Amino acid sequence: MNHNPVNPEPKRPPLIRQRTLKAMMAAFAAVLGALLLAEGWAHRHVIFPWEEWYGFYAAFGFVAYVILVFVAQYVLRPIVIRDEGYYDR
Amino acid sequence: MTADAFPPGLILILAAVPAALLRGRLRQAWMLLVPALSLCNMLALPDGNHFLLPFFRQELVLARVDRLSVVFGIIFHIIAFIANLYALKVEDRFQNAAGLVYAGAAVGAVFAGDLFTLFVFWEMMTLSATFLIMARRTEKSMAAGFRYFMVHVVSGLCLLGGILLQVNDTGTVAFGYIGLGTLSSWLIFIGFGVNSAWPLLHFWLPDAYPEATVTGAVFLSAFTTKTAVYVLARAYPGTEALIWIGAAMTVFPIFFAVIENNLRRVLSYSLINQVGFMMVGIGIGTQLSLNGTVSHAFSHILYKALLFMSMGAVLHQTGKINATDVGGLFRSMPWTCAFCIVGAASISAFPLFSGFVSKSMVMEAAALGDLRLVWFLMLFASAGVLHHAGIKIPFSAFFSHDSGIRCKEAPLPMLLAMGLAAALCIGIGVFPQPLYSLLPYPTDFQPYTAGHVVSQAQLLLFAALAFALMLLSGTHPPEIRAINLDVDVLTRMGGRAFYRLADRTLNALNDWADEAVSHRLTRRIALFFRMPACNVQRLGFRALALLCGNHAWMKEKMSLSEARCETGAHPVGDGVLRAVLFLTVLTILVLIW
Repeated sequence: MNHNPVNPEPKRPPLIRQRTLKAMMAAFAAVLGALLLAEGWAHRHVIFPWEEWYGFYAAFGFVAYVILVFVAQYVLRPIVIRDEGYYDR
Repeated sequence: MTADAFPPGLILILAAVPAALLRGRLRQAWMLLVPALSLCNMLALPDGNHFLLPFFRQELVLARVDRLSVVFGIIFHIIAFIANLYALKVEDRFQNAAGLVYAGAAVGAVFAGDLFTLFVFWEMMTLSATFLIMARRTEKSMAAGFRYFMVHVVSGLCLLGGILLQVNDTGTVAFGYIGLGTLSSWLIFIGFGVNSAWPLLHFWLPDAYPEATVTGAVFLSAFTTKTAVYVLARAYPGTEALIWIGAAMTVFPIFFAVIENNLRRVLSYSLINQVGFMMVGIGIGTQLSLNGTVSHAFSHILYKALLFMSMGAVLHQTGKINATDVGGLFRSMPWTCAFCIVGAASISAFPLFSGFVSKSMVMEAAALGDLRLVWFLMLFASAGVLHHAGIKIPFSAFFSHDSGIRCKEAPLPMLLAMGLAAALCIGIGVFPQPLYSLLPYPTDFQPYTAGHVVSQAQLLLFAALAFALMLLSGTHPPEIRAINLDVDVLTRMGGRAFYRLADRTLNALNDWADEAVSHRLTRRIALFFRMPACNVQRLGFRALALLCGNHAWMKEKMSLSEARCETGAHPVGDGVLRAVLFLTVLTILVLIW
C-alpha cells in the first residue's frame, strides 16, 4: 500500500470554477438581451436623429471597442513599441 | 480681512513643518486632523474677497470665495484627507511634508484672486510635486522627477511672462476672465495648458506619475491637472479651441492605454482622457457644460485616486505593477480588488456610479450645442474608457492569468482610504443632488431617466461583450513586456542629442583653446623670453635670409649671435630689450586709447 502523501490539485476559488464562469456568461447574455428589449420600452429624450435607431448605442459600443483594440494593436503598437531598456542605453 | 480664519491652504502648508518633525501616532493624528481643520477654516469664509494685501500699488487677494472656488476647495480637502489616510504608515519626512504643501498650494491656487498669488502657489505645487516623485528614490524616479520639474519650470516661465504682459496691458493683477486675443492671454493659456496635459504637451504626465511613490501618485492624480481645469474654467470659458483640444485628449490617450504594460501608466493615460471631457465642457462654455466640467472634476478626483490607490496597493504588496507580472491577485487582495472594481465602474460611467452623473452633463451639453463630431469622439472615448480603465486595470491585476503571487492584503489604513473613496463614488452615483447643489450654476439635470440608463448600459456592456468575445477567440492583444514611445522621446532623446552636440562642439573648442593657449602659446612665449635678444636677431636673420636667399651667411651670423647670448657678450642687454619692448607696447596702447 502506498502511503506517500499525494498533494491534491489545489481547489480553484469559486470565482473561477468552470461552472461559475458559465453561469456568469449566461447571466451576462441575459442582461444584454434584456437591455436590447428594454430599449423598446424606455423612452429616451433624443437630440440627434441616429439616437433613435434601434440598438445604436449597443452597436456603437461593440464596434468602437473592436476598432480601438485593433488600431492600437496593429497600427500604433508596431510604431511605438521598444524594448524595456530602450531609454537606458 | 477676516480675523477669525486663515487664508485657505495656509493651514495645510504650515502644517507640513510639524508633519516633517513628528513621529508615530502623533504624526498620524496630525495628518488626519489637518485637512479637517483646514476644511472647516475654508467653509467659515463667506463669499467675497478676503485677505487683501497691498503690493506695488496693486492688491493681492489671498481668498476669493465663490461657488467655483469652494467646490474645488471642498474636493481638494476631501482627497487630501483620503490620501493622508492612505499614506498613514509612511514614515518619510519628505513625502509627508511634500504631500501637505502640495495640497495646500493647490487649495491656495484655486482661491487666489490675483495672478501673482496664483503664480506663487502654482510654482509651490511644482516644487512639492517633484519631491513626491523623487521620494521614491530610484534612478528612474529621480530622472522622471527632474524632467517633470524642468517641464513645469518652462511652463511656469511661460505663465509668468504672460502674467507680466497681462498686468502691463490691463494695469491690474486681478485674476478673472481673460479669453484669447493678446500675446499675454496666449502665454497664460499655454502655461495652463501644460498643466492640463494637452496633446503634445502631455508627455510629462505618463512619464512622471508612474514613477512617483505609491502614496505620492494619489496626491499627484488629484491636484495638478484639476487646478489647471479650475483656472481654465475661470479664465477661458467658452474658448472654442478648448473644445477641440479636449476632444483630442479624450481620444488619443486611450490607444496608448490599450498597449501599455505598466498599470499606473495606463491610469496616467486614462487621466488625460478624463481631463479631455472637462476641457470640452470649458470650451462649450454654457452653464450646463461648466457644471459638467466641475462635477466631472469632482467625481474624477475620487475615482482616479481610488484607482491609483488600488494599483498602489498592488505595487506596495507585490513590488510589481506591470500587467505581465501581476494577475490573479483577487485571491490575496479581495478588498483591494472590490474597491478597484468600484473605481473602474465609476470611471466607465456605469449607472449608480459617480462618472455616470457627471460625464453625461458634458455629453448632453455637446449634443445641445450640435457639436456632432465632438459628441461622436467623446462617445468613442467613453467606450474606450471601459477597455483600459474599466476592464484592463482590474482584470490584469486581479484576474487574468494567475501570476502565482500570494501576498497579504493591503494594510488597514490603505483599505480604509480606498473604502472611503469607493463609498463616495457610489454615494455620488446614487445620490447626485448634494454634488449638483455645490456646482457653480443651479441645475435641474436628471441623469436617471430610463432611456439614458439603458443607452449607457448598452454602450458599456456591448463593449464588454466585444472584450469577452475577443478574449475567448484569442484575438485580444496580449500584454507585452515593452515600453511605448510617446512625445517624451523628443525630450529624452532631444536632451541626449543636445548633450552630444554640446560635448562635441563646445568641449572640442575648449580642448583646442586649452592646447593652443595653455600649452603651445605659453611654451613659445617662454622660449622666446629665455633669450629674447638672440631670438629677435634670429627672426631678423630669417627674414633677411628669405629676402636674400643666402642661407650660409644666415647660419654663420645666427651661430655668432647665439654664442654672444650664451656668453653674455651681446651688444644689447636682454634687460634693455625687454624695457624697450615694454615701452613700445605701452606707447601703442596709449596711442590707441
